[in-house]
Amino acid sequence: MRHHLILRVITKLLVGTIFLFALYVQFHGDYSPGGGFQAGVIMAAGFIIYGLVFTLDKAQQVFPPWLVHKLIALGVLLYAGTGIYSLFAGYAYLDYAALDPHHPEHGQHYGILIVELGVGITVTAVMVAVYYAFASRAPILSDEDW
Amino acid sequence: MATQEVHHVALTLTDHLPILEVLVPFVAAPLVVVLGSRRLAWPIAFAASAISFVIACLLLLQVLDGSYISYHIGGWAPPLGIEYRVDAANAFVLFLVSGISTLILPYARASFEAEIPRRSTTLLYALYLLCLTGLLGVVITGDAFNVFVFLEISSLSTYVLIAQGLHRDKRALTAAYNYLIMGTIGATFFVIGIGFLYMATGTLNMADLADRIAVQSDSRTIRAAFAFIVVGVGLKVAIYPLHLWLPNAYTFAPSAITAFLAGTATKVAIYVLLRFMFSVFQPEFIAQVPTLEVIILPFALLAMFGASLTAIFQRDLKRMLAYSSIAQIGYMLLGIAFFSQAGLMATMIQLFNHGITKAALFMGVGAFVLRAGGSFYHHLYGLGKSMPWTSAAMVIAGISLIGVPGTAGFISKWLLVQAALDAGWWPIAILIVASSLLAVIYVWRMIEALYLTETSAELPARQAPLSMVVPLWIMALACIYFGFDSDLTLSASRTAAEGLLAGSMGME
Repeated sequence: MRHHLILRVITKLLVGTIFLFALYVQFHGDYSPGGGFQAGVIMAAGFIIYGLVFTLDKAQQVFPPWLVHKLIALGVLLYAGTGIYSLFAGYAYLDYAALDPHHPEHGQHYGILIVELGVGITVTAVMVAVYYAFASRAPILSDEDW
Repeated sequence: MATQEVHHVALTLTDHLPILEVLVPFVAAPLVVVLGSRRLAWPIAFAASAISFVIACLLLLQVLDGSYISYHIGGWAPPLGIEYRVDAANAFVLFLVSGISTLILPYARASFEAEIPRRSTTLLYALYLLCLTGLLGVVITGDAFNVFVFLEISSLSTYVLIAQGLHRDKRALTAAYNYLIMGTIGATFFVIGIGFLYMATGTLNMADLADRIAVQSDSRTIRAAFAFIVVGVGLKVAIYPLHLWLPNAYTFAPSAITAFLAGTATKVAIYVLLRFMFSVFQPEFIAQVPTLEVIILPFALLAMFGASLTAIFQRDLKRMLAYSSIAQIGYMLLGIAFFSQAGLMATMIQLFNHGITKAALFMGVGAFVLRAGGSFYHHLYGLGKSMPWTSAAMVIAGISLIGVPGTAGFISKWLLVQAALDAGWWPIAILIVASSLLAVIYVWRMIEALYLTETSAELPARQAPLSMVVPLWIMALACIYFGFDSDLTLSASRTAAEGLLAGSMGME
């Protein structure tokens, strides 16, 4: 990809925008179409295009595989943790009203934001992990052998 | 915005037991991954499983009188919200699943160390916990779509767990892949069936579904849904012609995983089948659709004889036990086919007794694999002398598998024969006894290899480690205990059968 100057410049320009758009979809998801699943995939697309253009090694410097694996689990914990918090507050599991007992509707709002953040983190990490798993397989034939 | 005083009664720990049953192993799984510590993985897994078991016991004691507990996830009332509903039928299965898991984990430690490279064990425990979560969730939930979600959680982790057998035998990969394809087809059929039900009724809550199907009982959509669900779950149960994934999956999976799956996974699928056939679709619906006599009964008989005969001619003990599982599933289906309370009671108790018996047998196989290097009969020659404790436990579990009086297996066979006689199907009763004789042959082949054949190896095999022998013996003694003191299992399965046949799940 070293000679593809246009691709590299455009990618550098785009990656930041992609991340920004992912965050918008993530945190505006409760008012407009979107949410953790969509945002997670968009976020992962940013890492994947970076990896495709600037090689896998560069992408793994930015987002190392061990971190990817931890984040997969961390997102789930964030989701389940929200539910556990409401258990301790004396509400049913995942009853977001527990987050703001005096204004349950605010609680619902905070709850869905936190839970969707958990979803977003896990989906991003899973998508990147899938990409790493496929991309880090050694090619059967190197490019010169063709 | 005007502040509105919201009245809320705080829930106590006892109220939360249904969700904690599933939540504890579910949270433990990502915790194991985040901590990433090889030393902490096992203690966390064991603690989570043990807590689940204690909760399952508490739940079972609460519902033995025929009542039920309903828990609303997120505080949303059913039928809109997801409901966990515990009654005698599923509390009994929860008790079985979490109990077997808690006994397998101490056993698994030594077995995993020998069969799986150290760097994979941490993630393996996380997957094991996810599989446990899925199985418990399938059983406890009262929401039809939630069943599918948990079924997928347990299935996906099962595929990976089976594939971990590759360090001993590469064929584990094809076995896992095969199961992946078959399991996915099964899950797809199941979800198509649920889709049809949703189309016809507009609800996903099982109790609500039951009420609405009862009102508009006969439409083609509902019949199609029934067919899809029975076939989809049938693949997971390994009903005779749909069983092809099972022998390889059980043979090539790591020993501890085989023991866990043989004791729990197919039993949970049988429970789902029962729940859908008798709770969601009412008994009146089943009476209209001739599924039981035309499909379940002949295939159950085929399984009892076909799979038993195949088991006799195996050369690998693990594979023999896998085929015997298919035959034993035949007995459970037979109990369903009687379509009577006695029959369902026999199914429930066979589900429990076969779960502990098969778990014990596969645990023994794991010990043989560890010390004798394999589970082919020629590996077992003379092990009765060099591994006396493991071999003796295998014999106890073996006679429970046959159904000799004084063991758990006898109780379930007895109830099954009784149910057959009650229904006036005495040829079936004779067939049940006849197929038990086939079990005598295959169990005898194992005993012959263990005790009556001289070993050819120069070095006698060492005793299995205590961490494996003690859980194995607890399981083997349970086979005897539940053969003599069957109060708990009988009353639980009677209440379960009554609840299942009562039709409507009492939706207020």
